[in-house]
Amino acid sequence: MGALLEIDGLTISTGGKVLVRDLSLIIAPGERLGVIGESGSGKSLTALAVMGLLPGGLRASGSVRLDGQQVVGAPERQLRALRGRAAAMVFQEPLTALDPLMRIGRQLAEPIRRRARRDGAALTRSALRAEIARLLDEVRLPDPARLIRAFPHEISGGQRQRIALAMALACRPDLLIADEPTTALDVTTQAELLDLLRRLVAERGMALMFITHDLPIVAQVSDRALVLRAGEAVESGPVDRLLRAPQHSYTQDLVAAARRFDDALEGRG
Amino acid sequence: MTAADVQATVPPRRRPSRTLRVGLVLVGLHLGIALLTLVWLPYDPTGTAGTRLEAPSWLHPAGTDRLGRDMLSQIMIGSRIALIVGTGAVLMGAAIGVTLGVLAAFATRFLDDVLAAALDILIAFPTLLLAMLVVAASERPSLGTATLALGIAISAIVARLSRILVKRVLRQDYVTAARTSGSSWPGIVFRHVLPNIWPTLSVNFALQFGLAVIAEASLSYLGLGPPPPNASWGRLLQEAQGTVFVAPFGAIAPGIALVTLVIGMNLLADGLRARNDPTQR
Repeated sequence: MGALLEIDGLTISTGGKVLVRDLSLIIAPGERLGVIGESGSGKSLTALAVMGLLPGGLRASGSVRLDGQQVVGAPERQLRALRGRAAAMVFQEPLTALDPLMRIGRQLAEPIRRRARRDGAALTRSALRAEIARLLDEVRLPDPARLIRAFPHEISGGQRQRIALAMALACRPDLLIADEPTTALDVTTQAELLDLLRRLVAERGMALMFITHDLPIVAQVSDRALVLRAGEAVESGPVDRLLRAPQHSYTQDLVAAARRFDDALEGRG
Repeated sequence: MTAADVQATVPPRRRPSRTLRVGLVLVGLHLGIALLTLVWLPYDPTGTAGTRLEAPSWLHPAGTDRLGRDMLSQIMIGSRIALIVGTGAVLMGAAIGVTLGVLAAFATRFLDDVLAAALDILIAFPTLLLAMLVVAASERPSLGTATLALGIAISAIVARLSRILVKRVLRQDYVTAARTSGSSWPGIVFRHVLPNIWPTLSVNFALQFGLAVIAEASLSYLGLGPPPPNASWGRLLQEAQGTVFVAPFGAIAPGIALVTLVIGMNLLADGLRARNDPTQR
């Protein structure tokens, strides 16, 4: 089976400044890749480049093939057909990921309607309702009747993030890109969301690109990981090996830092 | 569940704030009067109804002007003219302004800069001067030219505001999220952008409405508004100017009419601002 996402020599620059340099990675269908790096290392830009959504003023060169189609330089029309079906995305900030003036039900209905149109399927009102209820159940949100009528500010951050996840899932993507989806959440909510994400990815056989600055989280949700630093990949490989025997000094630093943190928590060291 | 819990989960019924209510009453009053003039007036506003410069009385609650015409009837007509010009100008300003603002937000950097500069120049241009240009171009002043002139002035302000508002919405994650799931730009504009700029815009529209009413009075005062027999408040004020020491009420009455409508619109704007923000509910 061919790769779902194949990035080859991706370089993103703005006005002579290189933000991502010669990045290459491959995600096979159903594979879970963690992308680790600190702020400004180019993780989020890479994710946006995969969707063909780089902000104006940023130029991408190299090759990004999503589901066999070249994304770099592709016309908007072609990209629109690809987005949602091949890949969908969940963002970091649960507060801004939902339209503040739209009730949750309507927000969820949008991607469902779009997918129905894409598949050429007729969508009745009751089928739409059923699908919304199913999605809410899938992301383990109780009391759908209340949620559907709620505005985003009326529900918690964790709930909002689950709604955002449900909206991404509604597209039935082959690849889910999660850009630090747990960073803005407290530790308990974080653990729940990671658990949910892991289960959903497994159930649906979806591929996952999980972006984070948090090393231990990567170990929980991905098989392979890629370490980014200042726009360049410094190391990649299976997560176990990366954590147990990091090769690059930067990865070693990250692992050591995470370990020190754990030790401090447990009162050792 | 205790009573306190119930109170916490069931949001209280929203009552319009006092600001909004007073604004609605004042504007509603003028709207009612304007509609009333379509079917009934105390006197013929263009015909002599009493002696000249009468003080307010039961027969003429706002007195008469120097030709003996009933002031109240003229002021009531003035409500109609103010509302027509205000509504027309704001509708026109909204249609042109929002369209330009959305286009500017989506345009290339160069086009956006050109548009922004053009808008800034237009805004820096005094409204009255602009109105004179429009009147000069159309040869004689009328209700239409006054509305057109104010509409152009408002559209520049609305365009500049909506350009910024649209750009701000387009940067939001929910827009990016909609795009990642394959939404088209027109879909995003109608589903996310317009609803999200509406709360701020509607407040601005109400404010612009108040300003347009004042501007129309100024134009009429200068003789650039709707010509007689249209009894615009600005023209009533101008006509009362010569006799203000003999019959002060001739200037006070249209002044009160003007002030109540403008204050009503401003209160309405303020009330809307508080109400349109869902996080303040």
